[in-house]
Order: sequence, then C-alpha cells, then structure tokens
Amino acid sequence: MRNSSEKWITRSIQIAGSSSILFLLLIFLFLLREGLSTLGEVPISKLLAVRWYPIEGLFGILPLISGSLIVTIFSILIALPLGVGTAIYIGEIAPRSVKEILKPMVEVLAGIPSVVLGFIGILVLSPFLRRALDLPTGLTALSGAVLLALISIPTIVSIAEDALYAVPNTYRDASYALGASHWQTIWGVVIPAARSGILTAVMLGIGRSLGETMAVMMVTGNAPTIFSGLSSFIAPVRTMTATIASEMGEVATGSTHYHVLFFIGIILFIFSLVINISSSSAIRKRGEKKGQVVS
Amino acid sequence: MKHSVPGWMLLAALLMVACSSSIQQDDSPSEQISAQTYIENKGSDTLVNLALAWAERYQNKHPDVQISVTGGGSGTGFTALINVTIDLANASREIKPEEIESAKENGFEPVEFIIANDAIAVIVNKENPVSMLTLEQVSRIYKGEIRNWREVGGEDRPIVKLSRETNSGTHVYFLETVVRLGSSEDKSIFSADTLLLPSSEGIIAEVRDNPNAIGYDGLGYVTPEVKKVALASQNDGPYILPSAETVINGQYPISRHLYMYTRSQPEGLVKDYLDWVRSEEAQMIVTELGFVPVLAEE
Repeated sequence: MRNSSEKWITRSIQIAGSSSILFLLLIFLFLLREGLSTLGEVPISKLLAVRWYPIEGLFGILPLISGSLIVTIFSILIALPLGVGTAIYIGEIAPRSVKEILKPMVEVLAGIPSVVLGFIGILVLSPFLRRALDLPTGLTALSGAVLLALISIPTIVSIAEDALYAVPNTYRDASYALGASHWQTIWGVVIPAARSGILTAVMLGIGRSLGETMAVMMVTGNAPTIFSGLSSFIAPVRTMTATIASEMGEVATGSTHYHVLFFIGIILFIFSLVINISSSSAIRKRGEKKGQVVS
Repeated sequence: MKHSVPGWMLLAALLMVACSSSIQQDDSPSEQISAQTYIENKGSDTLVNLALAWAERYQNKHPDVQISVTGGGSGTGFTALINVTIDLANASREIKPEEIESAKENGFEPVEFIIANDAIAVIVNKENPVSMLTLEQVSRIYKGEIRNWREVGGEDRPIVKLSRETNSGTHVYFLETVVRLGSSEDKSIFSADTLLLPSSEGIIAEVRDNPNAIGYDGLGYVTPEVKKVALASQNDGPYILPSAETVINGQYPISRHLYMYTRSQPEGLVKDYLDWVRSEEAQMIVTELGFVPVLAEE
C-alpha cells in the first residue's frame, strides 16, 4: 500500500513537472497555426518593409523589431550596473541589519504593477526627461528604457544575489588568507565564481524587458520609426509587445492583420527562446570549467 | 497510514463535488436575471464618458437595471458585438463593410442608431501662439511635410504630432477627413513619427504639458487646460472654433455622428434604453458633456 501511494505521488508530480512542457508546446503550436499563414498572405518583402500602418495593409515589421531592441538594449544598459551593484552590496558588503531592510524593499519594487509605473512615467518621468534633455517630446525610447530598468532590476538583483550567496565561504577565506582586501576578494574571487549566475540574472532581466508591455506602451509614444543612429534612443519608438496589445482587440479574427500580429508573437517567442538558450548554454560551459577548477 | 491516503482523497473529492454543485446553484438564477436586466455596452473611447453618464442616469430611474460601460475603441466594440460578448456597441465611425460581412457570417444584421454628434477639435499647448490653421496645413503637419511651428506662424519649435491608435474611430475619421482632406483617391497616411497614444487622456496630458505638441480629440474630451485651434476648410478662411453652435449650423468643418449598434433589431430592455438615449432628457446630458445633441426628428 505504501508502495502504491508512493507511486501515485511520484506519478502526479511527474505529470505536474511535464505539464509545463506540454503547455509550452501547445502555445507554440497555437502561435504557429495562427501566425504562419502570414507568410502566404503577405510577401516577405512587404513584411521586411519599414512602414507599419496595418489599416492600410502596410505590414512592415522592421520598425517594431527595431523598437523592441532599442528599448531592451537601453534598459539593460541601465539595469545591469544598478542591479548587479545592488546584489553585490546586499550579498557582500551591507551589514546584516541593512540587508534585512534592503532585500524585502527590492522585492516590493518587483511587486509594483507595471501600469502604475507607466502612469508615473507619463506624469513625472517623461515631462522631466523632456525638460532636462530639451527633447521635442518626453514620450521616447529613453523613458521606456528607464521604466523597464526599474522593472527588470528586482529580477536581476534577486537572482544575482542568490548566485553570490552560493559561492562557498571557503573561497572568500582563502582569498583573505592570501592577503586580498575586501574589494579584491569581491572583484577577483566572488564575482568570477558567481559569473554564470549573474549572467543568468542579466539574461532573465533582458527577457523581462523584452516582454513587458503596459509600461512601455504608455511612455514610448508608439510611433513606428526605424533605427536611425543614436538619436533613435531619444525618439519615440513602437515595440512589438505594445503593437500586439493595442491592436489585437480591434482585429477581425482570421484577417491578415490578425495573422501578422501572431507572426510578431512568434518573433517575440523566438527572441526569448534565443535568450534563454544562450544563457543556459553559458551556464553549462561555465559549470564544466568550474568543475575542472574544483577537481 | 494505510487508510489515511484514500480517506484524505475522499474528503478532497467530496469538497470538490460540494464546491462545484454550489457554484452551479449560484449560477443558474443569476443568469436568468442577467438576461432581463443587464446591458453590456462597449466600444468607442470618445463615447465612453457619455455612455457612462447615460447608464448612470438610466440606472437611477430603473434601479433593477444594470448597465456596464467600457471603452477600447470603435473597432473593439464591433468585434465584441459580433462575438456576442456585448449587447450594444458604441462607435465613433460607421461600421465597415468587412465588419458587416463578418457579422453576417455569424448570422447577425447590425442595426445603426445615431445617438449624438461630435466635433473633432485640433488642440495645442496654451503657450503655443498658433491659434488658427487651415485644414490643409493640419494635413501637411500630420503627413510630415511641415515639421516646425515657424512654418505656420508659430515659434521656432519642432512639431510633435499626437494621434489616437489605429483602432480608434477618431483616428480613421481624422485620416479620411483631415489628412486626406476628404478625397477618396488620396492614399497618403500619417507620417511614421506620429505618436500613437492609447487613450484620449494621454493626448490631453501630453498637449497640456508639451509646447511642441499638436493633437486632436473629440470636443467632449477637450479640457480648458489645452487650446482649441480655429480651423478653416478654405485657405482664405473663415476660421471657426469648434462648439455646439458651429457644429449644428454646419460651419465647423470636422464634425461627425456618433453611433450605437445592436446585433439585430433591438427589443425589450435594449430597445427601451436606446429610445431613452435619443429622448430629450438624455440629449441634455449630451450637451452637458460638450457633445452636440441629435435633433428629435432623427
């Protein structure tokens, strides 16, 4: 009897574990089914055009891809030093009492709904950036990137901090024993040892930025402009996610526009897949090397 | 241990059965009620405030009736109407042939009701010295041919163009009537750097704050914190400010009907509501909210 109940529990856990694979497959199949017919309806040359204006049949998705990349790259440039810095401070430097306040605070930051951040973005951030940088408008990729950095920092902090925590104390002790200072230990021993975890943190942060919708839709101005040099960082952009969110409600099911929106969904899916695969392969490589070092 | 697992499971199963049966019991009567006294109303963001005010007044008069009003855009409303998630669609444009087609495929014949009139106001920041424009100038601004306020008699500032998203009836109306100046052969569209904001409030907020901005919105949405621009359909004037009066006497060049659509000939509560909406009492609310009433004969 004990054996059979054990079997039953194992089986149900197995089902739970593999269900996420099933969901992923179903979602991907659904995306493919709804999106791939785009390739038959809209010639590739039209998809790779530079103008997105779906109500007149202009389905150029390049500006949307460019918009998503601009905002994501910019946001990670802001979030990377802040997030990893916070993690190092919490994990290695801060005294226990400060750490106990700081860590839950970061978690609260993660809990702020993105629509609230978007609201603050419209009312405070974008007018401020417009005045401070003397821009034509504050509704730009820059505003979006700042909000996205706020959204992805908690992810980066908590994962990077876990990675630092996982570094054995013997590493630190050995470093101190060799006469290294606190900072030399952090920079030369702890961070390299936790590098794969920090990399994962950044990758997940990128994924978070790429997929975020609401805050971005509210502050980036949503103009489907294409990348044209550094000035694009302070110009309005339209991201893939904002396009899907604002247009999906309107389209007639089964129309070309509907299929193209799903096609954009496929592209987003592939992007995040690439990010995840590259981060996990980086971890694996790193893991092998570390194994050699330890042995 | 031997018997505890099945016992535990039995309890869980019992609980589940109890829950599901109680849900069913709750469900069926409320569905019956909703068929009689509940109207789901959705669509044009231009109309959402007016529709809310109507719903509120109507519910005061008929406490047993519940009307839920949401926005999202005219296109969203039509899609929801055809998918049978709502009873009444608000629209700031006429239904498109494709949408009628899609309704017919689902076995419906949408019926149109004109329930108010609206002027589209072109708005700028209060600090902007420009206070009148011709329609052609507005069109060239939105097409990206005029890029600095200096070219239309203002200060040396870049023009930031604001528009509603493409699912908005106001967007489509503005495209056809202003950007293309009403010509059906003209295929020009908004320039790519036009900001597409998801809400009317977003446009008002940006125009209020940004002296470079130009936007457009339904007259009912325009607050005193932004400046309405007088428009002229001819290049030599006259320049007319939007108001109920100039819309009714036909002087203001960009005004339009606002609509409600039903899936088929309305009956029962929906019919009663639509009749009331076009009554004198409801049309008073239209005036209060800055829209233009429809005349009683319609």
